Amino acid sequence: MEGIYLTIVLCPLAASIVAGLFGRQIGRAGAHSITIAAVAVSFLLSAYVLKAIAVDGAATYNAAVYRWAAVGALTMEVGFLVDHLTALMMTVVTFVSLCVHVYTIGYMHDDDGYQRFFSYISLFTFAMLMLVMSNNFLQLFFGWEAVGVVSYLLIGFWYKRDTAIFANMKAFLVNRVGDFGFLLGIAALLMYTGSLDYVQVFGHAERLSGESIEIVSGMQWSALTVACICLFVGAMGKSAQMPLHVWLPDSMEGPTPISALIHAATMVTAGIFMVARMSPLFEHSVTALSVVIVIGATTAFLTGLLGLVQNDIKRVVAYSTLSQLGYMTVALGASAYAAGIFHLATHAFFKALLFLAAGSVIIALHHEQDMRNMGGLRKYMPITYWTSLIGSLALIGFPGFSGFFSKDILIEAVHASTTPGAHFAYWCVLIGVFVTALYSFRMFFLVFHGEERIDPHVKSHLHESPWVVTVPLIALAIPSIVIGWLTVGPVLFGGFFDEAIFVLEEHDVVGELGAEFHGSLAFVTHAFVASPALYLAAAGVLVAWFLYMYRPGLPGQISEKIDVIHRLLVNKYYFDWFNENVLARGTRCLGGGLSRFGDQMVIDGGIVNGSARVVALLSIVVRNLQSGYLYHYAFAMIIGLAALIGWLVVEL
Amino acid sequence: MSALFADHLLSWMIAMPFLGMVALAPVRDRVWVLSGTLAITLINVALALYLWSGFDPANDGLQFVERIEWMPTFGIDYAVGVDGVSLLLVLLTAFLPPLCVLGSWDSITSRLKAFMMLILLVQGAMMVVFTALDAFLFFMLWEVTMIPMYFMIVLWGGPGRIAAGLKFVLYSLTGSLLLLVGILGLSLQAGTFDIQSLADHAYSQSSQFWIFLALFLGFAIKLPMLPFHTWLPDAHSEAPTAGSVLLAGVLLKMGGYGFIRFCLPIFPEMAHTFAPYVLWLSVIGILYGGYMALAQSDLKRLVAYSSVSHMGFVTLGIFSFNNEGVEGAILQMVTHGLTTGAMFLIVGQLYDRTHSREIADYGGLQQRMPRFVAILSLFAVASFGLPATSNFIGEFLILVGVSYENFVFVVLAMGGIVLGAAYMLWMLQRVAFGQPRTEAASKLTDLSVREVLTVTPLAVAVIAVGVYPGPLLEAMDASVTYVVERLATVP
Repeated sequence: MEGIYLTIVLCPLAASIVAGLFGRQIGRAGAHSITIAAVAVSFLLSAYVLKAIAVDGAATYNAAVYRWAAVGALTMEVGFLVDHLTALMMTVVTFVSLCVHVYTIGYMHDDDGYQRFFSYISLFTFAMLMLVMSNNFLQLFFGWEAVGVVSYLLIGFWYKRDTAIFANMKAFLVNRVGDFGFLLGIAALLMYTGSLDYVQVFGHAERLSGESIEIVSGMQWSALTVACICLFVGAMGKSAQMPLHVWLPDSMEGPTPISALIHAATMVTAGIFMVARMSPLFEHSVTALSVVIVIGATTAFLTGLLGLVQNDIKRVVAYSTLSQLGYMTVALGASAYAAGIFHLATHAFFKALLFLAAGSVIIALHHEQDMRNMGGLRKYMPITYWTSLIGSLALIGFPGFSGFFSKDILIEAVHASTTPGAHFAYWCVLIGVFVTALYSFRMFFLVFHGEERIDPHVKSHLHESPWVVTVPLIALAIPSIVIGWLTVGPVLFGGFFDEAIFVLEEHDVVGELGAEFHGSLAFVTHAFVASPALYLAAAGVLVAWFLYMYRPGLPGQISEKIDVIHRLLVNKYYFDWFNENVLARGTRCLGGGLSRFGDQMVIDGGIVNGSARVVALLSIVVRNLQSGYLYHYAFAMIIGLAALIGWLVVEL
Repeated sequence: MSALFADHLLSWMIAMPFLGMVALAPVRDRVWVLSGTLAITLINVALALYLWSGFDPANDGLQFVERIEWMPTFGIDYAVGVDGVSLLLVLLTAFLPPLCVLGSWDSITSRLKAFMMLILLVQGAMMVVFTALDAFLFFMLWEVTMIPMYFMIVLWGGPGRIAAGLKFVLYSLTGSLLLLVGILGLSLQAGTFDIQSLADHAYSQSSQFWIFLALFLGFAIKLPMLPFHTWLPDAHSEAPTAGSVLLAGVLLKMGGYGFIRFCLPIFPEMAHTFAPYVLWLSVIGILYGGYMALAQSDLKRLVAYSSVSHMGFVTLGIFSFNNEGVEGAILQMVTHGLTTGAMFLIVGQLYDRTHSREIADYGGLQQRMPRFVAILSLFAVASFGLPATSNFIGEFLILVGVSYENFVFVVLAMGGIVLGAAYMLWMLQRVAFGQPRTEAASKLTDLSVREVLTVTPLAVAVIAVGVYPGPLLEAMDASVTYVVERLATVP
């Protein structure tokens, strides 16, 4: 199996290097052929691995394949841990990546950086696979940083745009703040356990929960809680949880295919995956779980609201992604890791679909992204229309669609959870369902229905996108509908994650729900009777229809009425304002201040020149003997040397 | 013949640059001067690789030792040898000068031969510093390194070269003076200049503190540690490209090497006494250097302050007194030599085109200079320790090492890593991306083949060490263990 795993990882890397270094020689067709072929191989092998593990019951693979370095008791290795969780992630990542690769042929058709783009997305696939397949913290961190770098490169892909290069720097720096916590967490675990290997570290979890450390005097924390919260700070950066969420909306400056691949389906879910992978640690710290659930719930609710006031089609989807990541985080905090991962998987399909559909609209309208200049596109772009509808329905949790199962179970799990803060989280995610439906269908109606507000020049040759764009849409639409129905039973309630995810018995809310689960059909019919979420979603769609189809003038009037709230939302709760004016400016001022005050005044001005002045004073006495700037120093040194040697001779 | 060669390998490596200086003397043609110097430095690279291949990593003592009586009356010998610590620095000293020659190919227009001789002189002197087993020999050549560097700055430097050169000399002299006092203090008590015997002598309690302090300050000024660093930005920014590369690449490392060679093994107790203060100064230096780098508008000053921050990591690692920390620190010294050397080379290539170091004069270089931007980006991300580049391994090991001492230092040092990303990426954004901000920046030509070749070896080394640091760590492991165990015997 080791050969298979290495092939899965190294194929995209090799393709990326070829496309990147020899892009000019192999040409456009060469670049996309080789990268698509490589990712296709990775996908097929991943699917094979998933089948081997899930169906044929192959044993978990956990071994090192390469020794990076060894110092003292510390070994740094590259190794793979492949179990149910990993196999699922590998398949999702490579499948979405494959769709995006194909789609890119159409989307980047006219771009000068065509080969470079393919090289980057293949490199990303490699990095993401390294991240999910790792069996140790160091490689996890390697993948974690590498996906961050590729994301940086891709957000700033159109490097001539000032907004793009601002956005990519912002993304990287905000993530660095997250990494700060993440690496601290790793270092803390290493310090307490002496190992970087997952399995060995997990073995110490219970002991660590008993060891307490004092960070602020008088406050005793368990070492495990501190480590878990540090790790979670990393997840907050990568998975864009408040207050480190600010980079994700701006990352929409990058080309749409990567918004789908990186900023919706894969990289941003790395934090969720990481926490699920670390379940043996988080389970032993209720405090950490509580932090997770509260942060997740806040993100899920507040960022959803922001989606209501955006006019840029990609930004609506971006805020929707933030909100859904919040949902997944809530699931983790409720110890329903399996539900979180299940939502991650279904979300990867339908959110990638929504992004790619948005991209299809954007290229059809010649890079128009403002929804106020769209409308009535249904008749021009039927495939995009229907696939968007499928994606939106999956997102809001329409009964039977994939998002319905994952979200409904997630909400029920939170309802049953005993984690402190779960009650608050329950209300957040429940009201969030209404908000989700409202912004999703606001977007849907504004883009595809109603009055045609399109530029007449563009309208004259408006048509459906080419097959390389629509085929991936269809390929993603199918799992968006059926994947939940088909897999909810076996994956969530069939013990699929038993080996990969550890849940304490008293926290096992998914297990409790499983006891009441009697097949997908029964689950859907039961929801009509028992699920408030279903009716909230319906209400959201209805309100969207009322506001944007039936009485289109009303939203404007409402926003005038609640001006204060509207302004708060338009300014995104002033997070960006605070970061730019307080944090960024403060840091730069501190640097400038230190430069002027520290180096120039205190050290050079005070100490160095001050000592020169003392020497100068001294030299007044000996002025007749010495003159000239350099000699003052030399003279002082000779005196000093003589004095010191004299002292040594006397002393010894 | 072969015995003459094999038994005196280190002496050959030391002699090669000096022989080269002599050989250059009659040469008049510009191209011959350049290619001659390049050839001599490349021979030393080959010798260094041969040295490495013959080095036994399992041996924790000194290897390739040569000893000749020099001034028997004073007990001064010409004695050289390498252990795992010095080997890597010798490699670095051999590796950088050919790149300096390539980097000066077109940019040095006046008195070229003299400049090449100075490069060779620095290399020869540095070779001795890193291999000397005799404290007097060490000190003498330590002093010699200062002179060529001073002339490089004041004769070939930028507009502020006179002041920068003076500042460099004054600081260096102060440091040397303290070092001299320290070394004299040692030998007067121990009655020898042999570094190993110095370590075995028991010094009187009252003098230990003062000798340690003198040595420590001498090395700290050279490294430089906060608050003795203000000579560095001036010297770095005014020096010609090759000068900056040698300064950052190898000269600073004398400070770190001195700590490991003198301060730690000779005075383990004192090292423990001083350690808390040094660690605090280190983390303050890391953060301070980072903030300062953020505030710079001059490219070379930015890189110089990033050096201050990186050197903070070096002392942080050394004074955590464990294998992880010390090996991380040595690796950090080597990789800092690679990345910062490369940074100065590539910034120098930009300077050659426009004669401006101001960040504000550039912008949008990606459009006209994609190769340049690709290389600059690689070293920028390496500089803030991205995994799979050599700097990551060094910094990570240092963080691990210091975490055994006190976790607070890890937290603070990590802050420096975040700042590192901030100043490097912000620089990259302003220089490479967006639209050109000046007429000149929009008309630049991309790097020539020679210019790419100048930095390619460094790029390869940065990634190779990042992916496969094993051989370097193995080479130093036994020697570092020896030092660490010595330190651990202190009650």
